[in-house]
Amino acid sequence: MRRPRLTSRMLVHVVLIAMSAAFMMPLVWMISTSFKTNQEAMQMPPVWIPESLSPEQFRKTLDEQERQALKAEEAGDKDFEKRYQGPLGYVKYAFRQYYDALTTGADKLGYSPFPQYAKNTIYICILSVIGTVAANALIAYGFARIRWKGREVLFWITLATMMVPFPVTMVPTYGLFKWLGWIGSFKPLWVPAWFGSAFNIYLLREFFRTIPTELTDAARIDGCSEFGIFMRIILPLSKPALSVVALFNFLYMWNNFLGPRIYLTDQRMFTLSLGLQSFQSQHGGTQWHHLMAASAVMVVPIIVLFFFTQRTFIQGITLTGMKG
Amino acid sequence: MTRGERRNQISGLLFISPWLIGLGVFLIYPIVCSFCLGFTEYSVLRPPMYVGAENYAELMGDEVFWKALKNTLFYAAFALPLGTITAVALALLLNAKVRGQTVYRTVFFLPSLVPMVALAVLWLWLFNGDYGLVNYIIKSVLGLVGLQSLRPPAWLGDPNWSKPAMIVMAMWGTGHAVVIYLAGLQGVPQHLYEAAEIDGANVFQRIRHITLPMISPVIRFNVIMGIIGVFNLFAVPYVLSADGAPNRSIYFYVMYLYDNAFRHMRMGYASAMAWILFLIIFALTAFTVLMSKRYVHYGE
Repeated sequence: MRRPRLTSRMLVHVVLIAMSAAFMMPLVWMISTSFKTNQEAMQMPPVWIPESLSPEQFRKTLDEQERQALKAEEAGDKDFEKRYQGPLGYVKYAFRQYYDALTTGADKLGYSPFPQYAKNTIYICILSVIGTVAANALIAYGFARIRWKGREVLFWITLATMMVPFPVTMVPTYGLFKWLGWIGSFKPLWVPAWFGSAFNIYLLREFFRTIPTELTDAARIDGCSEFGIFMRIILPLSKPALSVVALFNFLYMWNNFLGPRIYLTDQRMFTLSLGLQSFQSQHGGTQWHHLMAASAVMVVPIIVLFFFTQRTFIQGITLTGMKG
Repeated sequence: MTRGERRNQISGLLFISPWLIGLGVFLIYPIVCSFCLGFTEYSVLRPPMYVGAENYAELMGDEVFWKALKNTLFYAAFALPLGTITAVALALLLNAKVRGQTVYRTVFFLPSLVPMVALAVLWLWLFNGDYGLVNYIIKSVLGLVGLQSLRPPAWLGDPNWSKPAMIVMAMWGTGHAVVIYLAGLQGVPQHLYEAAEIDGANVFQRIRHITLPMISPVIRFNVIMGIIGVFNLFAVPYVLSADGAPNRSIYFYVMYLYDNAFRHMRMGYASAMAWILFLIIFALTAFTVLMSKRYVHYGE
């Protein structure tokens, strides 16, 4: 196809740039608000780069801090901490909203809430990702490379279960975990991942089927067991597909809200999703700068992850979305 | 069965054995169990008590149930078509061999990475009636065209505007679909366009008669996934307002299911709702498949 005329090319760019601005604005606004003071957040007309980040403001804050330190010394208080001293002073100053937001209530709780939530989330994500990759690879191999009676029927049933969303099975599943005594623990969130899921089985099966049978036949003649073939031939050749499954499961668990909402009861065990929601329900409506800082902590790692794994991402989305 | 066949049968079953457990314990058992629980009164504290079809009868007369269902259908009726049209349109623009295609694609894609809870918190702030960026922009535009007297809506604080606000939020996360459609478009054979061009077809005719039919299977698959997604909607509206305020205008199906199960402790009633949800999704999927048969194109 020949390249379109210059005017129409320009028009396309104008539309795309306008749309890009609209798509990026909310994220930029989130980051901008997260560095503001509460007053600046509520300022009208809004500013994009907060004035409180300027070197003059930083200077003033340092002077103020100096005055308070002197006052504290006169009063005999030796514990006064100069928060923004040292080479990283400005960074500490710039991120003070983050520090305040993420440790809100730490005195009362006895731990810093958001670092704790992050730890919990990562713990669940890791266990779930390992389980998902291991289980679905095994299952998909069983469906893709071994002939056995009942395989087609079971695969058809497996595909049909994609239509069953979690809310449908939520009540009995909750009952089951209650019976096991797992409510209030992380187990209901990651244990099911170790038993496979339809979408991942489908995805990996499609991939395994593209691997030439000559490779596995040769190994079989050499006396390699089925499990040996799986471990030594299929898995090493399937890294792209396995990383798609791992990445998407990680995202799903990072995002998951309904599960943690139901199963986690102790605030100390909250995930980031649940922690952010409970933070919002307590401080919403006023502390927008803190809310944006807490949200950024959930969003930024995912965006960084995206930039490191862009190819896997795009590949995965195309793989999972193109099933006609 | 020969020895080899038997060996295959055993190793095949061994490989899929985690799934046999998973399928049984986390899918078939809960589906059957919630069907049975739907005919009981069950509060977890006491064993379930059989009540016949009472739950279903009560649901039919339950105003909140109908409200939640209507809200969900309303949202689906606007968010799905608008989201699909936006995503396909953006993908078409990107597919027009523009320079910087990957940059634009990344820009459109990034918002769809934002976790649901963070998305809701962020848009609560953007849609804030007094200090929100959205209303600031609207006011500026109104000021420019000399309509200062018009007041922008309170969005999530106004029952008439809360659902449109949620639809805007959904469209912001449509970049995921843009990537899918773009990949679909790149799979359309070039010679079709060349042939059409020789026959004198203009851009719109080419889109109408080549592009859309060729990517129709992709569109259909994503619409079906979208339907399932809409009936799963929970995190975003729950963060916006746990009881669907204002005036239950953003109270969705799964929120009511959740409230019945875990706030009112009416597990039996919630199970009846779960089964109805299952049937609705099944019916809508079947409907989409049947309706789209005429329009969906499958290779040669």
